[in-house]
Amino acid sequence: MNEILQQYWQAYLWSDGYHITGVAMTLWLLTASIAIGFVLAVPLAVARVSPNPLIRGPVWFYTYVFRGTPLYIQLLVFYTGIYSIESVRAQPLLDAFFREGINCTLLAFALNTCAYTVEIFAGAIRATPYGEIEAARAYGMSSFTLYRRVILPSALRRALPYYSNEVILMLHSTTLAFTATVPDILKVARDVNSATYASFEAFGIAGALYAVIVFALVWLFRRGEQRWLAFLKPQAH
Amino acid sequence: MFLQGFGPLIFEGTLQTIKLALVSMLLSVLIGLVGASAKLSSHRPLRYLATAYTTLIRSVPDLVIMLLLFYSLQILLNQLTDWAGIEQIDIDPFLAGVVTLGFIYGAYFTETFRGAFQAVPRGQLEAATAYGMKPWLVFRRVLFPQMMRFALPGIGNNWQVMIKATALVSIIGLADIVKATQDAGKSSMQLFFFSIVGGLIYLAITTLSNGVLLWLERRYSVGVRKAEL
Repeated sequence: MNEILQQYWQAYLWSDGYHITGVAMTLWLLTASIAIGFVLAVPLAVARVSPNPLIRGPVWFYTYVFRGTPLYIQLLVFYTGIYSIESVRAQPLLDAFFREGINCTLLAFALNTCAYTVEIFAGAIRATPYGEIEAARAYGMSSFTLYRRVILPSALRRALPYYSNEVILMLHSTTLAFTATVPDILKVARDVNSATYASFEAFGIAGALYAVIVFALVWLFRRGEQRWLAFLKPQAH
Repeated sequence: MFLQGFGPLIFEGTLQTIKLALVSMLLSVLIGLVGASAKLSSHRPLRYLATAYTTLIRSVPDLVIMLLLFYSLQILLNQLTDWAGIEQIDIDPFLAGVVTLGFIYGAYFTETFRGAFQAVPRGQLEAATAYGMKPWLVFRRVLFPQMMRFALPGIGNNWQVMIKATALVSIIGLADIVKATQDAGKSSMQLFFFSIVGGLIYLAITTLSNGVLLWLERRYSVGVRKAEL
């Protein structure tokens, strides 16, 4: 156990000397996919609750497909599937993008978490009290202002507890990155395992690192909820 | 030809996936029921043990637990067979998948059932005890049927997540949908097409189970009036 830690602690945490690995890579995968997913999810969630079926329909279909299939399959489609198509490899730009495992991984992760986030946000938007929207309309707000000032600030806050769940599930999903040769924590653990045959220690260290990240995330979100959801707390008399 | 002759292979993989999902579901429901009872028991060490189990399992990614158990169990078994002087036994990926998925999702089911147990009005259990029912009979006739209504949305959720998690078991070597479609794709040089086929099969399974869950939810809500606004 000690020998493994001495020899590999750097690889587990941030670098094997050549690449970013371990915790640093996992956190990068998590933040990048969550950030892209969030930015895409807000407008898509607004589209998802649109009364117009031509706008709502495609977004529904997107979330249905991405939430109905395993992330592993999605990753395989992007990583091995798309690159096996000849016309993709013929295009220099597409070829350069899909050749790198990390690009495919980020694309698959971002689209996957985006689909779940869209449904979370759409649910929160639908749950906006009718009176709030009515009042905003009575003030003469345009639809855009209504969303910007009333619906989104309140819906995103109310979605926070569900969103934190999604972020933690996404962290768990980043473990799939090693199948696309991305050196995240689990990839380091697998390398250690095949070098030392000390499976329990190799994967145990990885598990402990993931648990620490989860506890940190839970703490962060709890702080966030205290700050942004203070208005929903039961009132003390 | 249907799927260029890979139809039977992929069908076999689909059967494996469904079998794996059903068996591990059964195991995790059993673990969940036991875990929930432990969490609600008046016995303090039991409660702590169950809490440690659910916290630990739910904070570590399932793939890490899966690999950890798969490799360590194999090494443990090797030491055992070495010690006993018999030939090495290789752990079958299906069994490993069932054990790990059951163990992991047992933690999620523990939480689901704990909430559902608590949602059944206490008076119901008191009344049953007053009728002279033994604990097991109280569970079977009163607690379980009422608890199911509260547990069903959670069970449905866990089931959907678990179906998708079975895809991970191909990483430890099970010939499931993922493995079958990837093999078919590699040997026919049409990885894209066959990966999409794999995705569609999962989509069909999740869509179908959604329908079944809706039906079950209606069945277990018989006699419950919804508030009308």
